[in-house]
Amino acid sequence: MSKMMTGAEMVVQALQDQGVTTLFGYPGGAVLPIYDALFHQKKVHHILVRHEQGAAHAAEGYARSSGKVGCLLVTSGPGATNAITGLTDALMDSIPLVCITGQVPTHLIGSDAFQEADTVGLTRHCTKHNYLVRKIEDLSRILHEAFYIARSGRPGPVVVDIPKDVQFATGLYTPPKNVHHKTYQPQLKGEIAKIKQAVAMMAKAKKPIFYTGGGVINAGPAASTLLRELVALTGFPITSTLMGLGAYPGSGKNWLGMLGMHGSYEANNAMHDCDLMVCIGARFDDRITGRLDAFAPHSQKIHIDIDASSINKNVAVDLPIVGDCAHVLEDMVRLWRAEAHPVDKKALQAWWAQIDQWRARKSFGYKKSDTTIKPQYAVERLYELTKKRNTYITTEVGQHQMWAAQHYRFEEPNRWMTSGGLGTMGYGLPAAIGTQLAHPDALVIDIAGEASILMCIQELSTAVQFHCPVKIFILNNEYMGMVRQWQELLHGGRYSSSYSEALPDFVKLAEAYGMKGIRCSDPSQLDEAILEMIDSPQAVIFDCVVDKAENCLPMIPSGKAHNEMILPDADEDIGSVIDDKGKMLV
Amino acid sequence: MNAQTPPAKLSPYSSSNGQVSRIETHTLSVLVDNEPGVLARVVGLFSGRGYNIESLTVAEVAHAQQLSRITIVTTGTPETIEQISHQLERIVPVHRVTDLTLLGATVERELAMIKVRGKAESRTEALRLAEAFRARVIDATTESFIFELTGAPKKIDDFVELMRPIGLVEVSRTGVAAITRGPVGM
Repeated sequence: MSKMMTGAEMVVQALQDQGVTTLFGYPGGAVLPIYDALFHQKKVHHILVRHEQGAAHAAEGYARSSGKVGCLLVTSGPGATNAITGLTDALMDSIPLVCITGQVPTHLIGSDAFQEADTVGLTRHCTKHNYLVRKIEDLSRILHEAFYIARSGRPGPVVVDIPKDVQFATGLYTPPKNVHHKTYQPQLKGEIAKIKQAVAMMAKAKKPIFYTGGGVINAGPAASTLLRELVALTGFPITSTLMGLGAYPGSGKNWLGMLGMHGSYEANNAMHDCDLMVCIGARFDDRITGRLDAFAPHSQKIHIDIDASSINKNVAVDLPIVGDCAHVLEDMVRLWRAEAHPVDKKALQAWWAQIDQWRARKSFGYKKSDTTIKPQYAVERLYELTKKRNTYITTEVGQHQMWAAQHYRFEEPNRWMTSGGLGTMGYGLPAAIGTQLAHPDALVIDIAGEASILMCIQELSTAVQFHCPVKIFILNNEYMGMVRQWQELLHGGRYSSSYSEALPDFVKLAEAYGMKGIRCSDPSQLDEAILEMIDSPQAVIFDCVVDKAENCLPMIPSGKAHNEMILPDADEDIGSVIDDKGKMLV
Repeated sequence: MNAQTPPAKLSPYSSSNGQVSRIETHTLSVLVDNEPGVLARVVGLFSGRGYNIESLTVAEVAHAQQLSRITIVTTGTPETIEQISHQLERIVPVHRVTDLTLLGATVERELAMIKVRGKAESRTEALRLAEAFRARVIDATTESFIFELTGAPKKIDDFVELMRPIGLVEVSRTGVAAITRGPVGM
């Protein structure tokens, strides 16, 4: 209903009309009118974070685990700049966010006023789109447009920067309607002729593979269901990027495990040797492809993506299909069924036999120990003890993240929240809080490293204040493990600044925040300790003291191809495998 | 106008299939909403992703609909230029991106003002050349001329080179405006 109200009231009304029930934020001078409007209502529940980066990551966790748009409210200047890491993270991983920022009043813009920053200028490169609202007349339209743009097509973060005088001004609020945006109308349906061609190529393939990514998750649960159907119909093997885990079940029989730099031997070799690659909602990221000129050299490639600019960006493909994964998969399944495609059964059998040989190398294997907890063992036990529960996993960034991806199996989409593209340490705790708020009854675990967790440690207060019983499972090896690993491999074991010196006592830290702290360093007591964590109604920090020198393997050394992986049982000096050109890469 | 420049440098980490692509020059027409910041979005895309801009012009072309047309001359491999088009299309206030060079039949024009200083014989020489190029004199003193010249960029380059030994002082160019031939619009 159209109604006269202040700009600040419009913001709250628009949030309500867009179905926002949870808003992450931190007040400040330039957003006080909006906080005042929030004070007078109950529909939008405000979650006070302890740093604006936490607000952005929490909104990401909320969005990624629920499929809704995540929402945050921060003040001008430092409020906005602090949110930038989270916005960039959301842009890289295609997470729908709407970030409302306060701004100094319009007449002060450009005068270097107190807490003034050029927020639209600063966030232009880390948002899908952004707005500076100069007039109250534009405000309600822009707010609704922001939600439309954040969630449509390839999702992403949108910033709406609102000067304080616009928040005080009075104008006519118009509710959201099905706006036909004049320029932004993403293509959802794929071209049917191309999908037919894709199906024909798939029917002829002798060594096919599905390579799927976060796009399948973003396309909604229906896309994952259709993907499972297509895999079952074709019998093809399937691998996925870090972002795509859960779209196909980790226990599924066609599952090869994650691919890429720390992916499985079978997934990477199958990618290298395949004759047909069907890429669905993934973007040929450098962590996936390894050395580009040796990437799947004998393959034809089909690429399904809603973002036309992802196609032919890093890797030239034979058949591009622009469209939403769910729509295209629906057509694919229908066409495959309708035409009863005879697959080359004999070739597929031989292909699977080859894959089974690679599988037999057990590339995620590691040396077990009775005396120290191996980090892989810790994740394995965590998986075994939580798999029957309603569990959501978030991570920080580093070795622990890769071990989680390798050893925790995801059966459903939206259960795995991790910072993939940007690789943001500090993501996991606030993301876990956001996830917990979206799923109050679920078991939410942040698999963390002792270095990453300290980057957004202040959010422990948020968890306690809002009764989020998140479990922070720290694989504590007293090193920035991935940095240490690269220093071992590439820099002669000179561990420059990668030792986590002066660590806090995490058990006491938990207690200081009013949480529960658990420490375990004995593999024989690990199960019991994990169960104690799970059964606690409180938020918990679990300090899991693990092997300090464990490397994350297998690994495609930088600058190498998929079939040049280093396996855990390799005797060679890994450092000598990487040439000078590889060292230049990250 | 596929300039024959050396092939793109191939690193083992950059291009696939070992194919060497040539660097080409393309003219892109971008129709955008004339709103604050839209030019910054376009220019920021080029700097952020490391694309080249040879020339860029922008002006409002439809006042009622508040549409501006940006004409960009850029260089890169055909793959890079395809990427640039797609990246431009992702910008929310962009209505349409057309690669005029791919369309083939286009007209490109640029306007330049060229200041030349000289006396006696060189003045007559400058005027004679200006006439041959159909450049107009828009300012004259006893020791200088300013010529106005409209044409394809190459014609302006040629004229400027001819003026250099005569007494070229400075050049101001608008950058390229371009449009397709025939009855159909963008």
